[in-house]
Amino acid sequence: MKHVSRFISVLAVGSALLLGACHHKPLPVPPPPTPPPPAPTASLTANPNSVPRGESTTLTWETTNATDVQIDGVGPVNPTGSRQVTPADSTTYRLVAKGSGGSQEATARVTVEAPPPAATTETTGSLTEEQQFNQSVKDIYFDYDKYDVSAAQQSSITTTAQYLAAHPGIRFSVEGHCDERGSTEYNLALGDNRANAVKGALVRAGISGDRVRTISYGKEKPFCMASTEDCWQQNRRGHFVYQK
Amino acid sequence: MKNFSKSALAVMTAILLLNSASPAQTDWIRTGTGLGVEKVRLAAANFKSSTADPRNAALLTSFNDTLETDLENAGIFDMVSKSFHPTSIPASPPEVKFLEWSGPPPNASMLAFGTLGVTAETMTVQGWLDDVKNPLSAQVLAKQYQDKATTDAARMTAHKFADEIIFRLGGGIPGIAETQIVFISSRSGHKEVWMMDYDGANQRQISKMGSISLSPRISPDNSRIAFTSVTAAGGWQLQMFSLELARTVSFPRFGGTNVSPSWSPDGSRIAFSSSQSGDPEIYVADNGGRSSKRVTTSPGPDVSPSWNPKTGSQIAFVSGRSGLPQVFTMEADGTNPQRMTDQGYAVSPAWSPNGQFLVFSWMRKYGPGAPGAQDLYIMDIVSKQWVQLTHDGGRNDFPAWSPDGRHIVFQSTRSGAEQLWTMLADGSNARQLTTSGRNTQPNWSWK
Repeated sequence: MKHVSRFISVLAVGSALLLGACHHKPLPVPPPPTPPPPAPTASLTANPNSVPRGESTTLTWETTNATDVQIDGVGPVNPTGSRQVTPADSTTYRLVAKGSGGSQEATARVTVEAPPPAATTETTGSLTEEQQFNQSVKDIYFDYDKYDVSAAQQSSITTTAQYLAAHPGIRFSVEGHCDERGSTEYNLALGDNRANAVKGALVRAGISGDRVRTISYGKEKPFCMASTEDCWQQNRRGHFVYQK
Repeated sequence: MKNFSKSALAVMTAILLLNSASPAQTDWIRTGTGLGVEKVRLAAANFKSSTADPRNAALLTSFNDTLETDLENAGIFDMVSKSFHPTSIPASPPEVKFLEWSGPPPNASMLAFGTLGVTAETMTVQGWLDDVKNPLSAQVLAKQYQDKATTDAARMTAHKFADEIIFRLGGGIPGIAETQIVFISSRSGHKEVWMMDYDGANQRQISKMGSISLSPRISPDNSRIAFTSVTAAGGWQLQMFSLELARTVSFPRFGGTNVSPSWSPDGSRIAFSSSQSGDPEIYVADNGGRSSKRVTTSPGPDVSPSWNPKTGSQIAFVSGRSGLPQVFTMEADGTNPQRMTDQGYAVSPAWSPNGQFLVFSWMRKYGPGAPGAQDLYIMDIVSKQWVQLTHDGGRNDFPAWSPDGRHIVFQSTRSGAEQLWTMLADGSNARQLTTSGRNTQPNWSWK
């Protein structure tokens, strides 16, 4: 048993080092005398990065050391160039540059704003009620295997409750999510407890429980796919979804 | 509660594999080779062609492979390698040369042999089992089967003959070669309920919910599969699939999250977890979802009930009432809750067919920063002593028993993504059953 736990620790340390290394891109170094093929580089920008629905924006990209450059939804493109696109909805454009030295991805997000509805008093500026909701509510994050709303998360509850109190017509759901560890069934139950804990905290802050629907997704719909503590924390949450 | 030694493991294994087997076994094994923990030395000779039909060859290959695998999988035989078989293979009882089989190198105690032949569209299989150490009264079994001349039918016939042999030599406990395993697979793009033969053959999709389906549990009469799916309007709801009608049938909806159904052994009731009260608790309802009654009352997750299949009067379940999830047992009415595990993260209990053991998934040292070894353990209900069945091979979860209590099917990441595996209940003979997509939450048919 001792050997086994030592082996596991070594593995854990080893993988921690590996994971750590992944987060930092190696600094570019001048090519040595017999260089390996240099890794491609890529950048992609959208200007403007926010357009009203129906209008176009310009994607501009630059790559080096790439033989095959593709943009999702656009297709194969020249190594460097620009193109006008008119996305129907908010879109994240993803460019993949492949060369003999590897491949490099670059993404650019274009937000498409819906035209303001004709007669809605709820909207301010060009934002829809749903967009406003998404900007105003704050997802609640949980500690490992816990479902109580911690003191640290209370300010998010307060902010969210203030917005919801000012917009009494909005109905919404709270999704309970868990990290990938542990059992599918237990996590569904734990996610249910998390969603209900968020609902309870809002009710205590004066929001009517009738406006809230709760659902657990357990570990079935993670926000983040890596097996890291950062990612797990991202996935342990009560997530607000506009319902109206 | 403490981990116990190798000898204890051997004893428990012996109890597991042979308990309740002994009386019938002594009746059948007249040579005495099956007494104690010694496995019966069995030779399964290749069946021979009994007609001149050209289809015989393919059917024989399928039949012989399936029979050999079934007998190996049974876990109660010491199979004679085919390379030790004598050159003259019998096609009928008078052709058996007893000394060639009972002497070295085969040293067999028992010999299975027979013929297969196609006439018109009908396949006829004649199978015998001889006690080759007892030439004066050798015949243990003589069976004839007729079916369509297809490889599927040849496989099914081999399963039937294997189960006859296992029943006769395994202490009167029916074999599992004709049993089914239901499970969840993502291979269609959605998590749906799938089903397969016990050996991984014949995998087919059952549900077509198009959302996320989980926790399939087959009814004791093999007619229905209870599971749970997320629905657009009502969140997680229990679903009931009729294998006779090949579709889901109506089942009541409840508020909250409704998951992890478990059948009572008489098929009349279902235990499940529901948060209709605002907190996940265990409920017991009749098999139509009516008369549901809450049987737990503690805050925090209560989930994954598993009915004692022997008595029908206790339920094992998982509770987070004391922090990290632990395995508990209680009476089916919720009285007398007993905590079975004392540390770590313990989930997915399954009660053995003889009612004496729980198998469950446990991270004994679990917590932030702890390594993620998640292994299967078996616990004796009365003493709470446990044995570790899997060792450091990925995350192992959702163990389920075969109806003979000799096998466990489970999900494991030891080969990469989650796949289904079987092993003997002592942890040996692990075999991978699935390879396509992610496959999880297996449940074994009751017969």
